[in-house]
Amino acid sequence: MKSWGPPLLLLILAVVLYFALPFNLAFLTRILIMVVLVLSLDLVLGYAGIATLGQAALYGAGAYAAGLFAIHVWADPVAGLFVGAGAGAMLAFVSGLVLMRTQGLTLIMLSIAVASICLEIANKARDVTGGADGLRGIRMEPVLGLFAFDFIGKTGFWYALAVVAVVFVVLALLSRAPLGLSLRGIHESPERMAAIGVSVYWRRITAYTIGGGIAGIAGALSAQITQLVSLESFSFTLSAEALIMLILGGTGRLYGAVLGTLIFMFVHHWAAANDPFNWLFVIGALVLAVVFFLPKGVISAPPAITRLLKGGRHAGS
Amino acid sequence: MQGLEVRGLSKRFGGLTVSEDIDFDLMPGDRKALIGPNGAGKSTFSNLVTGILTPTSGTIRFDGSDIGRLNEAQRVRLGIAKTFQITTLFRDLTVRENLRLPILERERRGFGFIGRANGHTAIEAEVDDLLGQFALGGLADRKVADLAYGQQRLVELALTLALKPRVLILDEPAAGVPSSETHLIVDAIERLPEDLAVLIIEHDMDLVFRVARQIVVLVQGRILTEGTPEDIAADAQVRELYLGGGHD
Repeated sequence: MKSWGPPLLLLILAVVLYFALPFNLAFLTRILIMVVLVLSLDLVLGYAGIATLGQAALYGAGAYAAGLFAIHVWADPVAGLFVGAGAGAMLAFVSGLVLMRTQGLTLIMLSIAVASICLEIANKARDVTGGADGLRGIRMEPVLGLFAFDFIGKTGFWYALAVVAVVFVVLALLSRAPLGLSLRGIHESPERMAAIGVSVYWRRITAYTIGGGIAGIAGALSAQITQLVSLESFSFTLSAEALIMLILGGTGRLYGAVLGTLIFMFVHHWAAANDPFNWLFVIGALVLAVVFFLPKGVISAPPAITRLLKGGRHAGS
Repeated sequence: MQGLEVRGLSKRFGGLTVSEDIDFDLMPGDRKALIGPNGAGKSTFSNLVTGILTPTSGTIRFDGSDIGRLNEAQRVRLGIAKTFQITTLFRDLTVRENLRLPILERERRGFGFIGRANGHTAIEAEVDDLLGQFALGGLADRKVADLAYGQQRLVELALTLALKPRVLILDEPAAGVPSSETHLIVDAIERLPEDLAVLIIEHDMDLVFRVARQIVVLVQGRILTEGTPEDIAADAQVRELYLGGGHD
């Protein structure tokens, strides 16, 4: 079937990268974790049109919850993912009760505030979170009791890849389901959604909560694989970078989120290795170029090029 | 009692009274038009009935029960729906998706996250029916943003009708539609289900006199007069308002 082509291609790409860059597995795994985070942002912002700059709050909640759960309760990775998802979803729901009453700049500011508050709590509660030193001492059991985490990161890579695949499929199904259609409806015209009898507020909270759960999974993955949770998990930089990756790739499309993350992470990696002082310049130039020439993201490049070629032949279509 | 029953409805914004002591009934099968000069409070009245605004005083009853405290979404679920003056359709979705959405919501399936949005045979059949009824079949898979304005107004009407309302408020259904396409709107209104209660808020007198059986004239937030199109056409005050006042 046609629709299975692109995801299969991405899977093959992941496997190729695994063998092509065997000494960079930690980096590749980091990309996979970011893909999950950016996918969660795509659901919230790309589909439902909820403009947030605080996705890190949900990611961090998942990371700390999964880390603490592994240390104090049970070090099973899959159970930890559920705990992370639960923590992210719970924080999204509770903060969403306030956030989803607002829109635009107010929402952006409040979402940043939520992440900052979480950061400060994690910083102050040293006894629980390790404060600025980070949460240490996470020792995971083997995945499904079969695959032990190794120091090269092979298990971590495959584990993260499996989680990405599951999250991707779940979101793909969700985007085709009635809920997905209604979220696009809210994005397009909240007034109209209210006029067809929908409580836009609760629908937005639902989207934000699901997005929070997925961001929590990303955080949990990070905690389990790197065996460390730092305050950076709640940082504004993380929220902003996730947003840039999504815009790079193209919002409202799952492939856009994946593509944007890949491009951003690789350019970042390559630029930072070549010029540790000016790499931000390269990222900035890349983002500017995409926003000017492909405002709908890299994912829109093929149709845009086709249109350009056609436009050349039939003037002005 | 059946239908919509408005008594003593008033709305003030600070010192400004935009609706004053309005009594109004809308029964199943009615085709009423609300007319009046700009700023007469027509849109305010429709917003009060649909729950976008809350009245300062007065009651709104539907089928005998007070709906004054319900919000917009709750009133829609009871069967009071309105079209918008300016189209606020889902522009980036196809015509078919625009019609599928309200039906899914009406059937309380909007929260469903298992199965495909287009996977319900009965709902798809209903979408096809609506497409046929409004002669939109050929445009079903086009994005709404790509349609002509008159066609968008038809989608708007079809979308609202998809909610199976019992009271339908048409807020300037022909606004912005070129006169060459007005007949599409008139045809569509004439084909509405017979037992539907319809209130048309419109500037275009030609359209009003073609589809309305009762006309209510609103001036400065008050009902000036009410009657059949013949009565209204013969009414000296109304003639003064529309001809003498240099309006339209």
